[in-house]
Amino acid sequence: MNEVQTTIKANAHVYGDHIDTDRIIPGKYTKTLDLSTLADHVLEDLDPNFNKIVRQGDVLVAGINFGCGSSREQAPLALKQAGVSVVIAKDFARIFFRNAINIGLPVLEIIDHKIQKGAELHIDLETGIVEDLSAKVTYTATKLPAIMITILNEGGLVNYLAKYGNYSLEV
Amino acid sequence: MGQTISEKIISNHVGRKVYAGELVISDVDGAMASDTTGPLTIKAFHEMGGKKVFDPDKCALIIDHAAPSPNERIANLHKMMRDFAKEQGMRLFEIGEGICHQVMVENAYVKPGDIFIGADSHTPTYGALNAFACGVGSTDLAATMMTGKIWLKVPQTIQINCSGKLQEGVTAKDLILFLVGKVTVSGATYQAIEFTGEAFEGLSLASRMTIANMSSEMGAKTGIVHPKGLKLDYGFDAITPDEDADYIKTFDFDVSGLEPQVSAPESPDNVHNISNYEGTKINYAFIGTCCNGRLEDLDIAAEILKGKKIHPDVRMVIAPASQSVLLDAIGNGSMATLIEAGASLITSGCGPCVGTHQGVPADGEVVISAANRNFRGRMGNPNSNIYLGAPSTVAASALAGCITNPKKYLL
Repeated sequence: MNEVQTTIKANAHVYGDHIDTDRIIPGKYTKTLDLSTLADHVLEDLDPNFNKIVRQGDVLVAGINFGCGSSREQAPLALKQAGVSVVIAKDFARIFFRNAINIGLPVLEIIDHKIQKGAELHIDLETGIVEDLSAKVTYTATKLPAIMITILNEGGLVNYLAKYGNYSLEV
Repeated sequence: MGQTISEKIISNHVGRKVYAGELVISDVDGAMASDTTGPLTIKAFHEMGGKKVFDPDKCALIIDHAAPSPNERIANLHKMMRDFAKEQGMRLFEIGEGICHQVMVENAYVKPGDIFIGADSHTPTYGALNAFACGVGSTDLAATMMTGKIWLKVPQTIQINCSGKLQEGVTAKDLILFLVGKVTVSGATYQAIEFTGEAFEGLSLASRMTIANMSSEMGAKTGIVHPKGLKLDYGFDAITPDEDADYIKTFDFDVSGLEPQVSAPESPDNVHNISNYEGTKINYAFIGTCCNGRLEDLDIAAEILKGKKIHPDVRMVIAPASQSVLLDAIGNGSMATLIEAGASLITSGCGPCVGTHQGVPADGEVVISAANRNFRGRMGNPNSNIYLGAPSTVAASALAGCITNPKKYLL
Protein backbone atom coordinates (compact mmCIF):
# COMPACT_ATOMS: atom_id res chain seq x y z
CA MET A 1 0.00 0.00 0.00
CA ASN A 2 2.59 2.52 -1.09
CA GLU A 3 0.74 5.76 -1.80
CA VAL A 4 3.82 7.91 -1.88
CA GLN A 5 5.39 8.69 -5.21
CA THR A 6 9.09 8.12 -4.74
CA THR A 7 10.61 10.37 -7.40
CA ILE A 8 9.34 13.85 -8.05
CA LYS A 9 10.37 16.49 -10.55
CA ALA A 10 8.88 19.83 -9.66
CA ASN A 11 9.32 23.57 -9.22
CA ALA A 12 10.29 25.18 -5.94
CA HIS A 13 8.36 27.89 -4.10
CA VAL A 14 10.89 29.37 -1.70
CA TYR A 15 10.17 31.21 1.56
CA GLY A 16 12.21 32.22 4.60
CA ASP A 17 12.84 31.20 8.20
CA HIS A 18 10.38 30.60 11.05
CA ILE A 19 7.22 30.24 8.93
CA ASP A 20 4.73 29.62 11.75
CA THR A 21 1.51 27.65 11.51
CA ASP A 22 -0.58 30.84 11.76
CA ARG A 23 1.01 31.87 8.46
CA ILE A 24 0.53 28.42 6.94
CA ILE A 25 -3.15 28.34 7.86
CA PRO A 26 -4.66 31.06 10.09
CA GLY A 27 -6.46 29.77 13.21
CA LYS A 28 -9.79 31.17 12.04
CA TYR A 29 -9.92 28.66 9.16
CA THR A 30 -8.81 25.58 11.08
CA LYS A 31 -12.16 24.55 12.55
CA THR A 32 -13.31 22.45 9.62
CA LEU A 33 -13.06 18.95 8.19
CA ASP A 34 -13.34 20.37 4.67
CA LEU A 35 -9.83 20.20 3.25
CA SER A 36 -10.62 22.47 0.30
CA THR A 37 -11.35 25.33 2.73
CA LEU A 38 -7.87 24.83 4.16
CA ALA A 39 -6.29 24.84 0.70
CA ASP A 40 -8.15 28.05 -0.22
CA HIS A 41 -6.41 29.92 2.58
CA VAL A 42 -3.04 28.23 2.68
CA LEU A 43 -0.14 30.66 3.35
CA GLU A 44 -2.47 33.63 2.78
CA ASP A 45 -0.86 35.86 5.41
CA LEU A 46 2.60 35.07 4.00
CA ASP A 47 1.95 35.15 0.26
CA PRO A 48 -1.63 35.91 -0.81
CA ASN A 49 -0.80 34.65 -4.33
CA PHE A 50 0.42 31.23 -3.26
CA ASN A 51 -2.81 29.34 -3.80
CA LYS A 52 -3.13 30.85 -7.29
CA ILE A 53 0.37 29.96 -8.44
CA VAL A 54 0.89 26.58 -6.78
CA ARG A 55 0.57 23.62 -9.14
CA GLN A 56 -0.07 20.00 -8.24
CA GLY A 57 3.25 18.39 -7.35
CA ASP A 58 5.15 21.60 -6.59
CA VAL A 59 7.69 21.70 -3.79
CA LEU A 60 7.65 24.15 -0.91
CA VAL A 61 11.11 25.19 0.26
CA ALA A 62 11.85 27.12 3.45
CA GLY A 63 14.57 28.06 5.90
CA ILE A 64 14.86 27.11 9.55
CA ASN A 65 12.09 26.17 12.02
CA PHE A 66 9.38 25.66 9.40
CA GLY A 67 5.95 25.07 10.97
CA CYS A 68 6.63 26.48 14.42
CA GLY A 69 3.72 27.37 16.68
CA SER A 70 0.45 25.51 16.91
CA SER A 71 -0.03 21.73 16.78
CA ARG A 72 -2.69 22.15 14.09
CA GLU A 73 -2.44 19.27 11.64
CA GLN A 74 -4.48 21.51 9.37
CA ALA A 75 -1.15 23.14 8.39
CA PRO A 76 0.37 20.17 6.52
CA LEU A 77 -3.13 19.16 5.37
CA ALA A 78 -3.62 22.60 3.78
CA LEU A 79 -0.28 22.35 1.97
CA LYS A 80 -0.94 18.83 0.77
CA GLN A 81 -4.47 19.65 -0.38
CA ALA A 82 -3.17 22.72 -2.27
CA GLY A 83 -0.91 20.42 -4.28
CA VAL A 84 2.41 20.58 -2.46
CA SER A 85 4.13 17.22 -2.90
CA VAL A 86 7.15 17.70 -0.63
CA VAL A 87 8.32 20.31 1.87
CA ILE A 88 12.07 20.93 2.08
CA ALA A 89 13.39 23.08 4.91
CA LYS A 90 16.69 23.71 6.68
CA ASP A 91 14.90 22.30 9.71
CA PHE A 92 11.37 21.86 11.02
CA ALA A 93 9.41 22.51 14.18
CA ARG A 94 8.82 19.10 15.73
CA ILE A 95 5.02 18.89 15.80
CA PHE A 96 4.72 20.03 12.19
CA PHE A 97 7.34 17.45 11.22
CA ARG A 98 5.41 14.59 12.87
CA ASN A 99 2.10 15.82 11.54
CA ALA A 100 3.37 15.99 7.97
CA ILE A 101 4.68 12.41 8.09
CA ASN A 102 1.48 11.26 9.80
CA ILE A 103 -0.70 12.58 6.98
CA GLY A 104 1.68 11.30 4.31
CA LEU A 105 3.28 14.59 3.27
CA PRO A 106 7.01 13.97 2.78
CA VAL A 107 9.29 16.44 4.55
CA LEU A 108 13.01 16.67 3.91
CA GLU A 109 15.48 18.39 6.19
CA ILE A 110 18.45 19.83 4.29
CA ILE A 111 20.37 22.03 6.68
CA ASP A 112 22.59 23.77 4.14
CA HIS A 113 20.34 24.09 1.09
CA LYS A 114 20.52 27.19 -1.09
CA ILE A 115 17.56 26.39 -3.32
CA GLN A 116 16.25 29.46 -5.15
CA LYS A 117 12.72 30.38 -6.19
CA GLY A 118 11.62 28.61 -9.35
CA ALA A 119 14.41 26.02 -9.16
CA GLU A 120 13.66 22.76 -10.87
CA LEU A 121 14.20 19.89 -8.46
CA HIS A 122 14.47 16.17 -8.85
CA ILE A 123 13.71 14.43 -5.58
CA ASP A 124 14.24 10.79 -4.70
CA LEU A 125 12.31 10.12 -1.53
CA GLU A 126 13.78 6.66 -1.07
CA THR A 127 17.33 7.99 -0.80
CA GLY A 128 16.58 11.56 0.30
CA ILE A 129 18.71 12.85 -2.57
CA VAL A 130 17.56 16.19 -3.99
CA GLU A 131 19.07 17.43 -7.25
CA ASP A 132 18.73 21.14 -7.85
CA LEU A 133 18.74 20.96 -11.67
CA SER A 134 18.78 24.76 -11.97
CA ALA A 135 21.85 25.33 -9.79
CA LYS A 136 23.39 21.93 -10.59
CA VAL A 137 23.83 21.05 -6.92
CA THR A 138 22.94 17.80 -5.19
CA TYR A 139 21.84 17.60 -1.55
CA THR A 140 21.18 14.68 0.77
CA ALA A 141 18.40 15.11 3.32
CA THR A 142 18.75 14.03 6.96
CA LYS A 143 17.68 10.41 7.30
CA LEU A 144 14.31 9.85 8.97
CA PRO A 145 13.97 7.47 11.93
CA ALA A 146 12.97 4.01 10.67
CA ILE A 147 9.46 4.19 12.15
CA MET A 148 8.81 7.42 10.25
CA ILE A 149 9.96 5.84 6.99
CA THR A 150 7.52 2.99 7.58
CA ILE A 151 4.68 5.41 8.40
CA LEU A 152 5.45 7.49 5.31
CA ASN A 153 5.71 4.44 3.08
CA GLU A 154 2.25 3.38 4.25
CA GLY A 155 0.93 6.79 3.24
CA GLY A 156 0.57 8.03 6.81
CA LEU A 157 -0.23 6.97 10.35
CA VAL A 158 -3.90 6.15 9.64
CA ASN A 159 -2.89 3.52 7.10
CA TYR A 160 -0.03 2.32 9.30
CA LEU A 161 -2.31 1.64 12.26
CA ALA A 162 -5.09 0.26 10.08
CA LYS A 163 -2.51 -2.25 8.83
CA TYR A 164 -0.47 -3.07 11.96
CA GLY A 165 -3.03 -2.30 14.70
CA ASN A 166 -0.35 -0.93 17.02
CA TYR A 167 3.04 0.73 17.01
CA SER A 168 6.12 -1.35 16.48
CA LEU A 169 9.78 -0.51 16.16
CA GLU A 170 10.29 -3.86 14.40
CA VAL A 171 8.49 -3.23 11.10
CA MET B 1 25.37 7.25 33.79
CA GLY B 2 23.18 9.96 35.24
CA GLN B 3 19.77 10.83 33.85
CA THR B 4 17.79 13.98 33.26
CA ILE B 5 14.18 14.29 34.48
CA SER B 6 12.84 13.39 31.02
CA GLU B 7 15.12 10.35 30.74
CA LYS B 8 13.95 9.15 34.17
CA ILE B 9 10.25 9.59 33.44
CA ILE B 10 10.51 7.80 30.10
CA SER B 11 12.65 5.04 31.64
CA ASN B 12 9.97 4.48 34.30
CA HIS B 13 7.41 4.01 31.54
CA VAL B 14 9.35 1.67 29.28
CA GLY B 15 10.79 -0.47 32.06
CA ARG B 16 14.48 0.03 31.26
CA LYS B 17 17.02 2.81 31.50
CA VAL B 18 16.92 4.94 28.38
CA TYR B 19 18.94 7.94 27.34
CA ALA B 20 18.72 10.76 24.81
CA GLY B 21 18.58 9.65 21.21
CA GLU B 22 16.86 6.29 21.77
CA LEU B 23 13.57 5.58 20.00
CA VAL B 24 10.93 4.16 22.31
CA ILE B 25 7.29 3.20 22.28
CA SER B 26 5.93 4.26 25.64
CA ASP B 27 2.68 3.84 27.52
CA VAL B 28 1.00 7.15 28.26
CA ASP B 29 -0.93 8.22 31.36
CA GLY B 30 -3.33 10.58 29.65
CA ALA B 31 -4.43 12.09 26.34
CA MET B 32 -6.61 15.00 25.36
CA ALA B 33 -7.73 17.03 22.35
CA SER B 34 -9.41 20.41 21.99
CA ASP B 35 -12.01 21.59 19.50
CA THR B 36 -9.26 22.68 17.10
CA THR B 37 -7.72 19.22 17.01
CA GLY B 38 -10.51 16.92 18.31
CA PRO B 39 -12.65 16.62 15.18
CA LEU B 40 -9.68 15.55 13.02
CA THR B 41 -8.64 13.21 15.86
CA ILE B 42 -12.05 11.53 15.84
CA LYS B 43 -12.00 11.21 12.05
CA ALA B 44 -8.50 9.67 12.12
CA PHE B 45 -9.46 7.39 15.06
CA HIS B 46 -12.29 5.86 13.04
CA GLU B 47 -10.22 5.64 9.85
CA MET B 48 -7.37 3.80 11.58
CA GLY B 49 -9.79 1.20 12.88
CA GLY B 50 -10.29 2.56 16.40
CA LYS B 51 -13.28 1.16 18.27
CA LYS B 52 -12.66 2.03 21.93
CA VAL B 53 -10.22 4.50 23.45
CA PHE B 54 -7.54 2.75 25.51
CA ASP B 55 -8.96 4.02 28.82
CA PRO B 56 -11.92 6.43 28.95
CA ASP B 57 -10.80 7.69 32.38
CA LYS B 58 -7.46 8.79 30.92
CA CYS B 59 -8.83 10.46 27.79
CA ALA B 60 -10.66 13.77 27.54
CA LEU B 61 -12.03 16.21 25.01
CA ILE B 62 -12.25 19.91 25.76
CA ILE B 63 -14.30 22.56 23.95
CA ASP B 64 -12.26 25.69 24.56
CA HIS B 65 -10.81 27.18 21.37
CA ALA B 66 -14.10 28.40 19.88
CA ALA B 67 -16.47 28.23 22.80
CA PRO B 68 -19.40 28.88 22.69
CA SER B 69 -19.59 28.05 19.00
CA PRO B 70 -19.51 31.18 16.82
CA ASN B 71 -21.22 29.60 13.78
CA GLU B 72 -23.05 26.49 12.60
CA ARG B 73 -19.94 24.86 11.12
CA ILE B 74 -18.15 24.89 14.47
CA ALA B 75 -21.38 23.99 16.30
CA ASN B 76 -21.50 20.79 14.27
CA LEU B 77 -17.86 19.98 15.05
CA HIS B 78 -18.63 20.47 18.76
CA LYS B 79 -21.59 18.09 18.42
CA MET B 80 -19.28 15.53 16.82
CA MET B 81 -17.03 15.78 19.90
CA ARG B 82 -19.94 15.48 22.35
CA ASP B 83 -21.28 12.43 20.51
CA PHE B 84 -17.87 10.77 20.47
CA ALA B 85 -17.24 11.42 24.17
CA LYS B 86 -20.65 9.98 25.08
CA GLU B 87 -20.14 6.93 22.89
CA GLN B 88 -16.70 6.31 24.44
CA GLY B 89 -17.73 7.02 28.03
CA MET B 90 -15.03 9.65 28.37
CA ARG B 91 -15.39 13.11 29.81
CA LEU B 92 -16.05 16.10 27.61
CA PHE B 93 -15.32 19.45 29.21
CA GLU B 94 -18.07 21.77 28.02
CA ILE B 95 -17.92 25.37 26.87
CA GLY B 96 -16.90 27.57 29.77
CA GLU B 97 -15.38 24.83 31.89
CA GLY B 98 -12.01 26.12 30.86
CA ILE B 99 -8.88 25.83 28.76
CA CYS B 100 -7.73 22.27 28.12
CA HIS B 101 -4.44 22.62 30.01
CA GLN B 102 -6.03 24.27 33.00
CA VAL B 103 -8.78 21.67 33.36
CA MET B 104 -6.36 18.76 32.87
CA VAL B 105 -4.33 20.03 35.85
CA GLU B 106 -7.34 21.02 38.00
CA ASN B 107 -8.99 17.64 37.47
CA ALA B 108 -5.79 15.65 38.01
CA TYR B 109 -5.72 14.07 34.56
CA VAL B 110 -1.98 14.64 34.81
CA LYS B 111 0.27 14.11 37.84
CA PRO B 112 3.98 14.26 38.65
CA GLY B 113 5.97 11.61 36.81
CA ASP B 114 3.33 11.07 34.12
CA ILE B 115 3.73 11.00 30.37
CA PHE B 116 0.87 12.99 28.92
CA ILE B 117 0.11 13.55 25.24
CA GLY B 118 -2.09 16.44 24.18
CA ALA B 119 -3.24 17.57 20.77
CA ASP B 120 -2.27 21.14 21.51
CA SER B 121 1.15 22.71 21.26
CA HIS B 122 1.01 24.12 24.79
CA THR B 123 0.76 20.66 26.37
CA PRO B 124 4.27 21.14 27.88
CA THR B 125 2.44 23.31 30.45
CA TYR B 126 2.21 20.17 32.63
CA GLY B 127 5.96 20.28 33.05
CA ALA B 128 5.00 22.56 35.96
CA LEU B 129 3.83 19.35 37.65
CA ASN B 130 7.10 17.47 37.10
CA ALA B 131 5.45 15.54 34.23
CA PHE B 132 6.73 14.78 30.73
CA ALA B 133 4.09 16.31 28.46
CA CYS B 134 4.22 16.67 24.69
CA GLY B 135 2.05 18.36 22.13
CA VAL B 136 1.14 16.41 19.01
CA GLY B 137 -1.27 16.76 16.10
CA SER B 138 -4.62 15.09 15.60
CA THR B 139 -3.51 11.84 13.95
CA ASP B 140 -0.82 11.16 16.56
CA LEU B 141 -3.43 11.80 19.25
CA ALA B 142 -5.92 9.45 17.59
CA ALA B 143 -3.24 6.75 17.58
CA THR B 144 -2.52 7.39 21.27
CA MET B 145 -6.22 7.25 22.17
CA MET B 146 -6.49 3.94 20.30
CA THR B 147 -3.29 2.26 21.54
CA GLY B 148 -2.50 4.04 24.82
CA LYS B 149 1.00 4.54 23.44
CA ILE B 150 3.22 7.05 21.70
CA TRP B 151 6.46 6.59 19.81
CA LEU B 152 9.10 9.12 20.62
CA LYS B 153 12.77 9.83 20.54
CA VAL B 154 14.12 10.39 24.05
CA PRO B 155 15.07 14.06 23.86
CA GLN B 156 18.34 15.69 24.73
CA THR B 157 17.86 18.18 27.56
CA ILE B 158 18.79 21.84 27.82
CA GLN B 159 19.24 23.05 31.39
CA ILE B 160 18.19 26.61 32.14
CA ASN B 161 19.53 27.63 35.51
CA CYS B 162 18.26 30.93 36.94
CA SER B 163 19.84 32.21 40.11
CA GLY B 164 18.57 35.12 42.17
CA LYS B 165 15.05 36.04 43.20
CA LEU B 166 12.72 38.05 40.99
CA GLN B 167 12.20 41.62 42.14
CA GLU B 168 8.89 42.81 43.48
CA GLY B 169 6.60 43.58 40.52
CA VAL B 170 8.44 41.17 38.20
CA THR B 171 6.57 37.93 37.52
CA ALA B 172 7.05 34.46 36.09
CA LYS B 173 5.80 35.77 32.73
CA ASP B 174 8.58 38.34 32.61
CA LEU B 175 11.06 35.57 33.41
CA ILE B 176 9.84 33.21 30.71
CA LEU B 177 9.62 36.00 28.11
CA PHE B 178 13.23 36.86 28.94
CA LEU B 179 14.23 33.22 28.52
CA VAL B 180 12.36 32.84 25.20
CA GLY B 181 14.23 35.93 24.00
CA LYS B 182 17.56 34.36 24.96
CA VAL B 183 16.92 30.80 23.77
CA THR B 184 14.92 31.92 20.66
CA VAL B 185 11.89 30.30 18.99
CA SER B 186 13.96 27.47 17.59
CA GLY B 187 16.60 27.19 20.29
CA ALA B 188 15.17 24.06 21.90
CA THR B 189 13.66 22.27 18.89
CA TYR B 190 13.27 18.52 19.50
CA GLN B 191 14.76 18.97 22.96
CA ALA B 192 13.51 18.96 26.55
CA ILE B 193 14.13 21.89 28.86
CA GLU B 194 14.76 21.66 32.61
CA PHE B 195 14.14 24.91 34.47
CA THR B 196 16.18 24.91 37.64
CA GLY B 197 17.54 27.30 40.23
CA GLU B 198 16.48 29.67 42.96
CA ALA B 199 14.27 31.82 40.73
CA PHE B 200 11.86 28.93 40.14
CA GLU B 201 11.86 27.47 43.66
CA GLY B 202 9.50 29.99 45.20
CA LEU B 203 7.03 29.97 42.30
CA SER B 204 3.41 28.88 42.73
CA LEU B 205 1.99 26.06 40.61
CA ALA B 206 0.24 28.72 38.49
CA SER B 207 3.52 30.54 37.84
CA ARG B 208 5.28 27.27 37.09
CA MET B 209 2.57 26.59 34.49
CA THR B 210 3.32 29.98 32.89
CA ILE B 211 7.01 29.00 32.71
CA ALA B 212 6.49 25.48 31.32
CA ASN B 213 3.78 26.73 28.93
CA MET B 214 6.19 28.84 26.91
CA SER B 215 8.66 25.96 26.43
CA SER B 216 6.60 25.58 23.31
CA GLU B 217 7.74 29.03 22.16
CA MET B 218 11.32 27.74 22.18
CA GLY B 219 10.37 24.74 20.05
CA ALA B 220 10.86 22.27 22.91
CA LYS B 221 9.29 18.83 23.04
CA THR B 222 8.67 19.37 26.74
CA GLY B 223 9.74 21.76 29.49
CA ILE B 224 9.94 20.59 33.08
CA VAL B 225 10.32 22.82 36.11
CA HIS B 226 12.54 21.28 38.80
CA PRO B 227 10.13 20.10 41.51
CA LYS B 228 12.01 21.77 44.35
CA GLY B 229 9.46 23.99 46.08
CA LEU B 230 6.49 22.51 44.19
CA LYS B 231 3.43 22.38 46.44
CA LEU B 232 0.43 20.25 45.51
CA ASP B 233 -2.58 19.29 47.58
CA TYR B 234 -1.70 15.61 47.26
CA GLY B 235 1.46 13.66 47.99
CA PHE B 236 3.85 12.80 45.17
CA ASP B 237 7.29 11.38 44.51
CA ALA B 238 9.35 14.13 42.93
CA ILE B 239 11.54 13.16 40.00
CA THR B 240 14.82 15.04 40.06
CA PRO B 241 17.79 14.85 37.71
CA ASP B 242 20.95 12.99 38.69
CA GLU B 243 23.92 15.19 39.49
CA ASP B 244 25.86 13.68 36.61
CA ALA B 245 22.97 13.93 34.12
CA ASP B 246 24.10 14.82 30.63
CA TYR B 247 22.84 18.15 29.25
CA ILE B 248 23.37 19.19 25.67
CA LYS B 249 23.56 22.80 26.77
CA THR B 250 23.31 24.79 29.99
CA PHE B 251 22.22 28.39 30.28
CA ASP B 252 23.00 30.34 33.45
CA PHE B 253 21.26 33.60 34.21
CA ASP B 254 21.18 35.77 37.29
CA VAL B 255 17.66 37.16 37.13
CA SER B 256 17.72 39.22 40.34
CA GLY B 257 17.90 42.43 38.31
CA LEU B 258 15.33 41.45 35.67
CA GLU B 259 12.89 44.18 34.61
CA PRO B 260 9.39 43.56 33.19
CA GLN B 261 9.70 42.21 29.67
CA VAL B 262 7.70 42.72 26.47
CA SER B 263 7.67 40.60 23.33
CA ALA B 264 7.11 42.80 20.30
CA PRO B 265 5.53 41.78 16.98
CA GLU B 266 5.73 39.39 15.39
CA SER B 267 7.58 36.59 17.10
CA PRO B 268 7.54 35.56 20.75
CA ASP B 269 11.33 35.76 20.93
CA ASN B 270 11.41 39.43 19.97
CA VAL B 271 11.77 40.25 23.67
CA HIS B 272 13.10 43.43 25.22
CA ASN B 273 13.02 45.33 28.48
CA ILE B 274 9.72 47.13 28.80
CA SER B 275 11.51 50.50 28.71
CA ASN B 276 12.06 49.97 24.96
CA TYR B 277 8.31 50.09 24.34
CA GLU B 278 6.95 52.30 27.10
CA GLY B 279 4.59 54.88 25.64
CA THR B 280 3.49 52.72 22.66
CA LYS B 281 -0.23 53.45 22.29
CA ILE B 282 -2.55 50.46 22.63
CA ASN B 283 -6.16 49.89 21.62
CA TYR B 284 -6.88 46.58 23.23
CA ALA B 285 -5.74 44.74 26.37
CA PHE B 286 -6.28 41.02 26.90
CA ILE B 287 -5.73 38.86 29.97
CA GLY B 288 -6.35 35.15 29.75
CA THR B 289 -5.03 31.98 28.02
CA CYS B 290 -3.23 28.84 29.16
CA CYS B 291 -0.24 31.06 29.80
CA ASN B 292 -1.76 33.69 32.10
CA GLY B 293 -5.47 33.29 32.80
CA ARG B 294 -5.19 31.98 36.36
CA LEU B 295 -6.26 33.48 39.68
CA GLU B 296 -2.90 35.07 40.51
CA ASP B 297 -2.97 36.74 37.09
CA LEU B 298 -6.44 38.20 37.62
CA ASP B 299 -5.50 39.20 41.17
CA ILE B 300 -2.44 41.21 40.14
CA ALA B 301 -4.46 42.95 37.41
CA ALA B 302 -7.16 43.75 39.97
CA GLU B 303 -4.55 45.11 42.37
CA ILE B 304 -3.43 47.57 39.68
CA LEU B 305 -6.94 48.51 38.53
CA LYS B 306 -8.67 48.70 41.92
CA GLY B 307 -10.81 51.83 42.17
CA LYS B 308 -9.64 53.05 38.75
CA LYS B 309 -10.98 53.11 35.18
CA ILE B 310 -9.10 51.85 32.14
CA HIS B 311 -8.12 54.46 29.55
CA PRO B 312 -11.10 55.63 27.45
CA ASP B 313 -9.38 54.64 24.17
CA VAL B 314 -8.72 51.09 25.37
CA ARG B 315 -11.00 48.08 25.58
CA MET B 316 -10.10 45.23 27.86
CA VAL B 317 -11.08 41.57 27.64
CA ILE B 318 -10.73 39.01 30.44
CA ALA B 319 -11.04 35.27 29.78
CA PRO B 320 -10.42 33.24 32.95
CA ALA B 321 -8.53 30.00 32.35
CA SER B 322 -11.36 27.99 33.88
CA GLN B 323 -14.71 28.12 35.60
CA SER B 324 -12.93 27.34 38.85
CA VAL B 325 -10.61 30.33 38.35
CA LEU B 326 -13.64 32.50 37.53
CA LEU B 327 -15.45 31.42 40.69
CA ASP B 328 -12.36 32.08 42.81
CA ALA B 329 -11.97 35.53 41.24
CA ILE B 330 -15.61 36.26 41.97
CA GLY B 331 -15.14 34.98 45.51
CA ASN B 332 -12.16 37.16 46.34
CA GLY B 333 -13.53 40.28 44.63
CA SER B 334 -10.95 40.50 41.83
CA MET B 335 -13.54 39.93 39.12
CA ALA B 336 -15.77 42.74 40.35
CA THR B 337 -12.74 45.05 40.52
CA LEU B 338 -11.80 44.27 36.93
CA ILE B 339 -15.34 44.74 35.63
CA GLU B 340 -15.78 47.98 37.58
CA ALA B 341 -12.55 49.21 36.00
CA GLY B 342 -14.12 48.66 32.57
CA ALA B 343 -13.01 45.17 31.57
CA SER B 344 -15.30 42.87 29.61
CA LEU B 345 -15.61 39.31 30.95
CA ILE B 346 -15.93 36.54 28.35
CA THR B 347 -16.36 32.78 28.57
CA SER B 348 -13.58 30.86 30.30
CA GLY B 349 -11.55 29.35 27.46
CA CYS B 350 -9.00 30.39 24.88
CA GLY B 351 -10.93 33.56 24.03
CA PRO B 352 -9.43 35.80 21.33
CA CYS B 353 -5.93 34.26 21.53
CA VAL B 354 -6.49 32.01 18.50
CA GLY B 355 -8.23 34.59 16.30
CA THR B 356 -11.42 32.62 15.94
CA HIS B 357 -13.90 34.71 17.90
CA GLN B 358 -14.54 36.92 20.93
CA GLY B 359 -12.42 39.94 20.10
CA VAL B 360 -10.59 40.18 16.78
CA PRO B 361 -8.52 43.40 16.54
CA ALA B 362 -9.13 45.89 13.71
CA ASP B 363 -6.65 46.95 11.02
CA GLY B 364 -3.77 48.95 12.44
CA GLU B 365 -4.71 48.25 16.04
CA VAL B 366 -2.22 47.44 18.75
CA VAL B 367 -2.90 44.75 21.34
CA ILE B 368 -1.14 44.15 24.64
CA SER B 369 -1.81 40.55 25.56
CA ALA B 370 -0.95 38.17 28.39
CA ALA B 371 -0.95 35.29 25.87
CA ASN B 372 2.06 33.39 24.54
CA ARG B 373 2.04 34.06 20.78
CA ASN B 374 2.16 37.20 18.68
CA PHE B 375 2.67 35.77 15.21
CA ARG B 376 1.21 37.83 12.38
CA GLY B 377 -2.51 37.19 12.15
CA ARG B 378 -2.57 35.23 15.40
CA MET B 379 -5.63 37.05 16.79
CA GLY B 380 -7.49 36.89 13.48
CA ASN B 381 -6.26 40.03 11.72
CA PRO B 382 -2.89 40.09 9.93
CA ASN B 383 -3.06 43.90 9.92
CA SER B 384 -2.91 44.23 13.71
CA ASN B 385 0.10 44.07 16.01
CA ILE B 386 0.37 42.07 19.21
CA TYR B 387 2.72 42.76 22.11
CA LEU B 388 3.06 40.12 24.83
CA GLY B 389 3.57 40.92 28.48
CA ALA B 390 2.74 39.90 32.01
CA PRO B 391 -0.85 40.35 33.26
CA SER B 392 0.51 43.19 35.41
CA THR B 393 1.88 44.91 32.30
CA VAL B 394 -1.41 44.40 30.47
CA ALA B 395 -3.38 45.95 33.35
CA ALA B 396 -0.98 48.90 33.76
CA SER B 397 -1.06 49.52 30.01
CA ALA B 398 -4.87 49.36 29.90
CA LEU B 399 -4.94 52.01 32.59
CA ALA B 400 -2.46 54.34 30.90
CA GLY B 401 -3.50 53.73 27.27
CA CYS B 402 0.04 52.83 26.31
CA ILE B 403 2.60 50.18 27.19
CA THR B 404 3.48 50.90 30.80
CA ASN B 405 5.82 49.42 33.39
CA PRO B 406 3.53 47.92 36.07
CA LYS B 407 6.10 48.38 38.82
CA LYS B 408 4.98 51.93 39.47
CA TYR B 409 1.50 50.66 40.37
CA LEU B 410 2.73 47.71 42.43
CA LEU B 411 5.52 49.08 44.59
